Amino acid sequence: MGSILFFLSVLAIIATWWLSRQGLASKPWLEQGEMVALPNIPDEPVAPATIGLWVFLAVVGSFFALFISAYTMRMQLPDWRTLPLPPILWLNTIMLVLSSIALHGAMVAVRRGEKTELKVSLIAAGVAALAFLSGQLVAWQQLADEGHGLTVNPANDFFYVLTGAHGLHLLGGLVALARTIDKAWRAPATERLRLPVELCATYWHFLLLLWLVLLSIWAGWAGDFIDICRQLLT
Amino acid sequence: MVDVPLGSTAGVAAPDVEDVELYHPHSWVTKYVFSQDAKVIAIQYSFVALSVGLIALVLSWLMRLQLGFPGVFSFIDANAYYQFITMHGMMMVVYVLTALFLGGFGNYLIPLMIGARDMVFPYVNMLSFWIYLLAVLILVASFFVPGGPTGAGWTLYPPQAITTGTPGGQDWGIILMLVSLMVFIIGFTMGGLNYVVTVLQARARGMTLMRMPLTVWGIFTASFMALLAFPALFVGAVMMLFDRVLGTSFFMPAMVEMGQPLDRNGGSPLLFQHLFWFFGHPEVYIVALPAFGIVSDLISTHARRNIFGYRMMVWALLAIGALSFIVWAHHMYVSGMNPYFGFFFATTTLIIAIPTAIKVYNWILTLWRGNIHLNVPMLFALAFIVTFVNGGLTGLFLGNVVVDVPLSDTMFVVAHFHMVMGVAPILVIFGAIYHWYPKVTGRMLNDGLGKLHFWVTFLGAYAIFFPMHYLGLMGIPRRYHDIADMAFVPPSAHTLNAFITIVALIVGAAQLAFVFNLFWSLRHGKEAGGNPWRATTLEWQTPETPPPHGNWGKHLPVVHRWAYDYSVPGADQDFLAQNQPGPTRAAPEAGHG
Repeated sequence: MGSILFFLSVLAIIATWWLSRQGLASKPWLEQGEMVALPNIPDEPVAPATIGLWVFLAVVGSFFALFISAYTMRMQLPDWRTLPLPPILWLNTIMLVLSSIALHGAMVAVRRGEKTELKVSLIAAGVAALAFLSGQLVAWQQLADEGHGLTVNPANDFFYVLTGAHGLHLLGGLVALARTIDKAWRAPATERLRLPVELCATYWHFLLLLWLVLLSIWAGWAGDFIDICRQLLT
Repeated sequence: MVDVPLGSTAGVAAPDVEDVELYHPHSWVTKYVFSQDAKVIAIQYSFVALSVGLIALVLSWLMRLQLGFPGVFSFIDANAYYQFITMHGMMMVVYVLTALFLGGFGNYLIPLMIGARDMVFPYVNMLSFWIYLLAVLILVASFFVPGGPTGAGWTLYPPQAITTGTPGGQDWGIILMLVSLMVFIIGFTMGGLNYVVTVLQARARGMTLMRMPLTVWGIFTASFMALLAFPALFVGAVMMLFDRVLGTSFFMPAMVEMGQPLDRNGGSPLLFQHLFWFFGHPEVYIVALPAFGIVSDLISTHARRNIFGYRMMVWALLAIGALSFIVWAHHMYVSGMNPYFGFFFATTTLIIAIPTAIKVYNWILTLWRGNIHLNVPMLFALAFIVTFVNGGLTGLFLGNVVVDVPLSDTMFVVAHFHMVMGVAPILVIFGAIYHWYPKVTGRMLNDGLGKLHFWVTFLGAYAIFFPMHYLGLMGIPRRYHDIADMAFVPPSAHTLNAFITIVALIVGAAQLAFVFNLFWSLRHGKEAGGNPWRATTLEWQTPETPPPHGNWGKHLPVVHRWAYDYSVPGADQDFLAQNQPGPTRAAPEAGHG
């Protein structure tokens, strides 16, 4: 359960930092008044959807951290046979990185108000993400053809379940992206597109990060890294 | 008087919130069925949850009939008994308590108490309820499929949950249970995002975090915990579903079933236990924290005193929430683990008693020299404190490895968790319904029926669960279908079991008085007015009762004080509403709380 506890510790640090700025030590029974003139209110309030997305990412993060915990516990049992990674995964990774970069470009474009650039970037991001998903399906097919199907070994099961879960999350993101693209075509000004594009970009970067974490675990880098940390500590 | 005491440290978010652009309903269907109004969604959630509660109550009757009079009711065979146990447990913990506290009270109270017009994502909020209803329907459908519902016990431990011999293990039962849980979690996540983000983003002007009523603090903390803990159950459910349907070996070890070796190997049942309890233990506090919050407000309001140690109450809520994530393995002392882990988890478990005890002392000190009104909500709140202390103390027993091992899987455990997370939160739910019903409907619940309901429920719950501790110490195991012919069970245990069953039937029947009261008072209850309890919090200050869609009419309330200005010296009334500017107390009391 190390990875989930690590993830929750990170969240706890963020929560503590945030709570420490909320005046938890104030004495509300002595205070009266409207509290209007506040020193640390940002000029531009954060949209509820942005906060909502970050909280959702915490939930998704917790979900995958738990899966990774289960993975690391299960892999210590003797029947575990590490799965050879199909090479197409590297191509898929490049596709996902491109998709993320394209959305970052879209974010820059929407801030500058350049509509054509925005549309092109959004479409490019969508195409790259679809390419990633198709590539994942090809990877599944290749593994199954090589005899690494489901139920053969728990390592395979975890691979299918985790890639599947990651893919479903990306698919959900694609729905949001499709709606954003639709808006980009209809909306006369880019100002109202800013929030949805930023949300999509945040979500994409998160899924990319998640994918890299998963990949590093399958490739064994995460294990090596943890071993090095452990050696440094002991 | 201290006015607007703002240093640079007083970090206050969201001072003013623009009017939320609400979707206004156009037809009966969008107003009452597919409504996006948090208050309607709250009522829908509560109605469905209470209905599920009644089903689960009947299931407990059936179990008790078998335990009290073994062999008399031939239709309760071993399979049926295990199915009743499983469905009773899962329904009560997840589909009743969680849904009622967060979906029901959360939806109704968060926007009203923090001075918002609605949740921040009303459409997602509506979806949340309908997905919850779908989860309930899938769960209830398992009563009607071949093989019936799963009888794996509410903890659903593999491998028995998905093997032959367990009811529903090789039929539809377990599949429907797992799918229903997954659907519930998806629905809850939608709701939970709303509760958290609404508290963070939609508070009225002047409503700093430290001015929020403890009810909101409790629901807020619990929602956040649920968002992080439910994924563990989801992950466990996905993996078990794979094991059951596709034949993977996440949890399934190599085993022989009915003389035949199964085509599985190497899986770890212990892995499921870790995942389950990583959800399961925070779940206890997901239910308890809203109850803590609500009970604080009930006690303060009906004792006409400010809550003692408000800051400590908030800190204790947060501490309990954080600690509850590192105690899960105390449910697994007998599953086999490194003794040092047992030591660690026993220590963290006992540490939770500290913030919890702080809360109990603060409730008692709030009551101390208060002007206690023994009305129905207050009776339930007081009963909660007593019951929670009782259940909590047996928790200290079970938290210690050496005491837990002999008591594990006995009726002592059943008595403990029913007192602490069954009876105690349900008493709060009742108290809260008696307290807020006037706001929801504009009418009071009948007082006489309420008192009858209270006394039968409170005394009855003790008559049921106190003897169970004794049965447990005697070594009577839980989850046994028939203990009639066992040599080590003395006749007194059988008499006691029959007694418990009779009381359980009476207490169950008394809930019908409550249900009748809910419907009868809708028409015939006394007119309540806007603020019958003379309470300070914002939900009682709405221009109309029941509050319409949008809650506040034209202007959002502005908050001038904390939620507990009762019996302020020098004030005209014995309460000062949160949105009331001046008059203020005569002199600031320093060093208080």
